[in-house]
Amino acid sequence: MRNLALSLSLICLAELVLAFETEDRARFGPDNAEQALKVISTADIGFFEPMITSFLASHPDIAIDYIVASSAELMRAIRDEGHSFDVAISSAMDLQTKLANDGKAQRHSSAVSRSLPGWAVWNDMLFAFTQEPAAIVVSKDAFGDMAIPESRHELISLLRQEPERFRGRVGTYDVRTSGLGYLFATQDTRASETYWRLTEVFGGLETRLYCCSSDMIEAVKSGELLIAYNVLGSYVANRSDRSEFEIVLPSDFTTVMLRTAMIPHNAPSPELSGVFVDHLLDRSHGPDAQPLTHPVIDLNDIEPSVNRIRIGPGLLVFLDQLKKRAFLSEWESAILQK
Amino acid sequence: MTDPLVKGSIRRRLLLSLLAGAAILAIVVYFVVQSVARQVAQESQDNILTASAQSILESARSFGGQINVDLPYSALSMLDSVSDERAFYSIHLEDEFLSGYPDLPAAPGALAGSPAFRSTEFLGEDVRIASVRRSVSTDMGRRFLQVSVAQTLSGQKLTLARFSRTAMGIGAGFFLLSMLLAAIVARSTIRPLHRLTASVSRRGPNDLRPVAAPVPSEMVPLVSSLNTFMNRLQKSLTRSEDFIAEAAHRVRTPLAIVRTKAEIIQRQADDPEIKVALGEMIHAVDDSSRTAGQLLDHAMVTFRLDNLSSEDINLAQLTHDVVERARPMSELKEIDLDTTILDDTTLHGDPILMQNALHNLLDNALKYAPPGASVDVAVTRTPDGARICIRDTGPGFPTGELPSLPDRFIRGDNAKGIVGSGLGLTIVKEVVEAHGGRMETGNNPGGGACVTLHFPSA
Repeated sequence: MRNLALSLSLICLAELVLAFETEDRARFGPDNAEQALKVISTADIGFFEPMITSFLASHPDIAIDYIVASSAELMRAIRDEGHSFDVAISSAMDLQTKLANDGKAQRHSSAVSRSLPGWAVWNDMLFAFTQEPAAIVVSKDAFGDMAIPESRHELISLLRQEPERFRGRVGTYDVRTSGLGYLFATQDTRASETYWRLTEVFGGLETRLYCCSSDMIEAVKSGELLIAYNVLGSYVANRSDRSEFEIVLPSDFTTVMLRTAMIPHNAPSPELSGVFVDHLLDRSHGPDAQPLTHPVIDLNDIEPSVNRIRIGPGLLVFLDQLKKRAFLSEWESAILQK
Repeated sequence: MTDPLVKGSIRRRLLLSLLAGAAILAIVVYFVVQSVARQVAQESQDNILTASAQSILESARSFGGQINVDLPYSALSMLDSVSDERAFYSIHLEDEFLSGYPDLPAAPGALAGSPAFRSTEFLGEDVRIASVRRSVSTDMGRRFLQVSVAQTLSGQKLTLARFSRTAMGIGAGFFLLSMLLAAIVARSTIRPLHRLTASVSRRGPNDLRPVAAPVPSEMVPLVSSLNTFMNRLQKSLTRSEDFIAEAAHRVRTPLAIVRTKAEIIQRQADDPEIKVALGEMIHAVDDSSRTAGQLLDHAMVTFRLDNLSSEDINLAQLTHDVVERARPMSELKEIDLDTTILDDTTLHGDPILMQNALHNLLDNALKYAPPGASVDVAVTRTPDGARICIRDTGPGFPTGELPSLPDRFIRGDNAKGIVGSGLGLTIVKEVVEAHGGRMETGNNPGGGACVTLHFPSA
């Protein structure tokens, strides 16, 4: 009996320890709603709120429980801990692909999903609803009348010309801790060898490493950084003080991340999830779309250099433990230069 | 004549068997195409999986005794290039799991240089797995490295569905074409039979010649028995006609003698009763001898019809001769015999038969018309040939019996007491029809019989 009590308490403890970490949580819609959609997402509440508001406007009898978590925690919650959500939204395309590939997503097909362009759907499981480019963000004040680099080559030559000016004032993702940073870095290496040269140069300038785009943007605003590389352009564009920044979409190639939604395999009411996903897609695609990202970034202007990350099993490659270990060790030796 | 009992149809049976065969073939074609498609789709998927697994295997490097696998991006992205597919892989160094999906089963039997495949279910979906292996040197000696790559089947299923539709189309097209061919074949197979039927039914009533047109070998027994049958029929007909003619001929001479003797006795006899009896006897003998004569005529006509001669006949001249020959008889009966129109017309045919026919008609007219009546003969040219018209002012044909009068031995109701056999109109009709013409019998509006012979132009 005592053993049983002990094991029960151990199980409870384990549950607590295993529970994934949430960053934020909010409930929208009527309190007495009969149906509530549980949405787990990596996007900030503020970023996603317009979508929820528009959905509730057309479905007033539904409530939405919006949970914010990091992409790694989202993965853990769904794959390892088996929590059930109605919709999972993430910017980590590789992890979303992994979830779908491993059978953690269910298929959804509707008139809306069938009308999407090919790059926006994968296997009727993953649906892209934003296109967010990785940008070079520069503080306009700090640069003054200095020429702003338009490509990675120009950035490399600028950094090489004036190393002292930029020492310690360049920032980028720490790919060891940031899933999105890792995705951007690996896709950059696929597109061009320039990435490794740039990383070598970053290494020589004691580049500062960040966990997230918002921290880098704040650092640029405060003047701590002059240049931030591979920042989510949409985060800058959605800010009210965006005019202080110059958002450079590199002209050699611009890596574009797709924020994707999926319906987890254990979603309690898949039809309702489908309705929400369709709303999401309907509002994000087509000529009358009102996307979540600010229209100041128009990918149509730079279409030839857009390197849209393709959803598919290719994304599993850099999640391979051997591959990841090799990549990280190469990256570390380039950027830390120990 | 009774209609033959119908049971089945050769053409329908042929058509049905051909169609059944075509349907079976079409189904076979459908399944063959589909199975070939399945094989091709499977092979192409296997090739992609092998290429993917091979590229992973080749990316393995031995590095200071440790195995380092640098997974190529294309190894997995190529699996998704045509259709969205879930993809899985696993890398093992003998039994030691290195990377990928640890639970993914390997396809058994892979050797260095020869991949192995298997189909199974993995993570809730049907997958195809390819496994390849090669030996690598490690610090523990040479060991084998095995890579398995798996892919879901949605692309393959799409391809198969497409092929299935194509196969269905091919099968249906094949069947339609066969249907058309079967219809044509059935028709052409039956055609000789139709031809034979047509040639037999086209024949005149007295045509019993053997069938001479070429027929397919399968129909030879039928045609030869038909020919034998007709031959027997011909012989039997000829024999009976010969017999009748012979009998008539033999009866005529004794009858003539009997008549002459009876006349002599009648003239010498004094008893009025005997005179009357002898008169009746002479009348009966006349009747019999006339019948015998007509039977002979008929036999002659039949014989000549079988061997119809074709000469140019001047109808006006011929009619004139016949009328002149009948004139003594008409004068005897005080009947006014006249030819109103004699157009100059020519006809191909047998003049003796024509004479005979006309003679019969005139004979009938003179026989049935009462004294004082008149008989009128006219030969006129018509746009499409010639017409001979004989009308009298006698009692006319009994209207109810008009259609049956030309039949053999049929006589009109009003013919009682008049010598005759009932063969006259039969002979006329046969002769006219043998010359491609037709006979019309009827009554004049003002009373009296009217017979019109129509002949096509020569």
